[in-house]
Amino acid sequence: MGTIGEAVRRRRSGLRAGVAGRILDFALIAIIAAFLILLGTKVVAQGGSFFVQILTFAVANGGIYALIALGYTMVYGIIELINFAHGDVFAFGAFLSGSLLPIFGLREGGAFTPVSAVALLAVFALTMLACAFLNISIERIAYRPLRHAPRLAPLITAVGVSFFLEGALFLWKGPSNVHYPNILPNAGFELFGATIGVKDLLVIGISLILMFALGLFVQRSRLGKAMRATAQDRDAALLMGIDIDRTIAATFFIGAILAGAGGTMYGLYYNTSVFDLGFSAGLVAFTAAVFGGIGNIYGAAIGGMVIGMIRTFWDGYFDSAWTDVMIFTILILVLIFRPTGLLGMRVPEK
Amino acid sequence: MLRQFWERGPRRDPNTIAYVVLLVAAIFFPILVNVITGGNSSSIMTVAADAGVYVLLAIGLNVVVGFAGLLDLGYAAFFAIGAYTYAFLASDHMRVTPLGEPIHVSFWIVLVIAMFVAASFGVILGAPTLRLRGDYLAIVTLGFGEIVPRVFRNAAGWTSGVNGISALDIPSLPLWLQGPWSGDPFAVVPDFKIISSIGYYAIMVILVIICVILVRNLQRSRLGRAWMAVREDEVAAAAMGVNTVAVKLLAFSIGAAFSGFAGTYYAGKLSLVSPENFGFSVSITILVMVVLGGMGNIPGVITGALLVYYVIFVLLQQLPEFAVNFVTSIGLGGLVKSSGDYPGIAEFISRLKFLVFGLILVIVMLVRPQGLLPSRQREQELQKGVKEDTVIEDVNAETT
Repeated sequence: MGTIGEAVRRRRSGLRAGVAGRILDFALIAIIAAFLILLGTKVVAQGGSFFVQILTFAVANGGIYALIALGYTMVYGIIELINFAHGDVFAFGAFLSGSLLPIFGLREGGAFTPVSAVALLAVFALTMLACAFLNISIERIAYRPLRHAPRLAPLITAVGVSFFLEGALFLWKGPSNVHYPNILPNAGFELFGATIGVKDLLVIGISLILMFALGLFVQRSRLGKAMRATAQDRDAALLMGIDIDRTIAATFFIGAILAGAGGTMYGLYYNTSVFDLGFSAGLVAFTAAVFGGIGNIYGAAIGGMVIGMIRTFWDGYFDSAWTDVMIFTILILVLIFRPTGLLGMRVPEK
Repeated sequence: MLRQFWERGPRRDPNTIAYVVLLVAAIFFPILVNVITGGNSSSIMTVAADAGVYVLLAIGLNVVVGFAGLLDLGYAAFFAIGAYTYAFLASDHMRVTPLGEPIHVSFWIVLVIAMFVAASFGVILGAPTLRLRGDYLAIVTLGFGEIVPRVFRNAAGWTSGVNGISALDIPSLPLWLQGPWSGDPFAVVPDFKIISSIGYYAIMVILVIICVILVRNLQRSRLGRAWMAVREDEVAAAAMGVNTVAVKLLAFSIGAAFSGFAGTYYAGKLSLVSPENFGFSVSITILVMVVLGGMGNIPGVITGALLVYYVIFVLLQQLPEFAVNFVTSIGLGGLVKSSGDYPGIAEFISRLKFLVFGLILVIVMLVRPQGLLPSRQREQELQKGVKEDTVIEDVNAETT
């Protein structure tokens, strides 16, 4: 197909990799260096304990964004669709778990006993499952019928589903911020003058465990192998006897499990959620996925960490009103300088 | 019979009929309103002129989404840029900015300037991203649409932040012939300030007509055919010698130009700009208009814009009150009060907007992807993709 077009494109990308590419690489390094130097002076000025505190927030934040970014990147890797609704599935997770906590007897101010730990685990599991079923229904209803339609069609339904979910959350809880029960003990320990709480450890721990489990799953399990094969070449995978529909549904399922866990942790960590949380968090997480190299799960994990850290550091050391502007600028810069991202695979144009 | 006439009868473009209907409706609408309301038409005409802003925006977005097949989710950003261009160039506001000097440029000149400003931002944003796959553009424009209002809000030294900029210059005509039609004696008035709602309506109709002619000519030009080629198969278009990046960039910046154009009109009419008026929901509203009306077909898009505008800004505004009365009259008065998370029926209905938007987008794409008044070519393309869903066939199509 299109051999001339391929040749033209190869020549163009070859040119880009030459002189222009090198200039762009240098420019990128210069920008990063400038930012790091600026940050460094601020860090030195503010002192060590503040830095450790911010670093703790940053890692927890990065973990949550990494979990969302993984969902974007897995879906993009397998069907090359930006699942706009993914951020809203995450927000749904936050809303649902917030409503489930009181039902499981977890109330704000109550003592945190081993029983409540089990209850929290149950809330986690239920939220993750509900998000997963929501996401596979979205895939079944809105994306699967359009799998062979022009690219624009599923993109538009993705935006539509995202707006629909946002509208549903809006209908459920209204326009203002919703309080999320603060059930975790506020205890913590001191480290270099900074307080590291149970919350921080919980969020960092769970996100690391989930990411590790995902990596293992994709590398070792049969379904993971099928997912990788489908991402690489759907038609060949089909001819090898892989059930494409099932594999794609499984991808949506797993992505949403991570988003559900992320949503619950977001609620536990920040104790607030709002109906358009999925929109803003989704944009950041997508930036993270692009930053790490879309389609690559390790890239998304690293990208999520890095973007979460950049965000938190910016909030801590610079003007937080400009944080989102900054994140977006990063997205543009990555697309200019290194469209394949940090660890990106080359996505063939179809 | 009408269907037969529509489908087979005229071998010419069926759009001609649609254009005539729309034009006649545009001309007779004010007269009709005047008769029905008994000369008290100004509030309805204001709404109609506002609807015109969305018609302009939908025509512009149609160039990007309908003709070139690129998804632009931050279209309101260019709208904001157009509006702020007018606010900067035609008010006393610049006196309180670091510049220190007020600037007053005529509305008509700013219209053109804003087009170029918005188009330039389109080029700046599009140039790095249009080289990449199409979906990157969607997400980048989404981000851009979030960022632009935020910049206007944060850069308070220049834009007054959340307060916005008010008391913009009222658009004026350099010369105007006054007469009995406006209830005044005959006179030639220099520097005539446009304040009547019917005046804005007339300007809007003229602007829309100009834009429709422009876009229609573009569609039929070499560039329009290039857009179509890129939309259907980018690789094939490149092989045929179409400079795909330049063609996409042109579509993107021309779309942005229309948005800037509409923004200036909007600011001039409202005499106020605020960063809160250009959020993501505006971009989605315009997208819904284009998708519902029929991507790629100008009369379809205009119809879609008018329809969605009516539903959102007229029907959905009146519906809560109607629902309260209805529910009370059938004896379910308990639904009116709020309880727990349930906010009462009036509030419940006014919260439906987002949900309805999402539903329209999904249902139209699944059931009738070509929209209400489709473009014939677009209909073929979109239907083809949905109908042929055997994968083996697809494999053949790709390997041959």
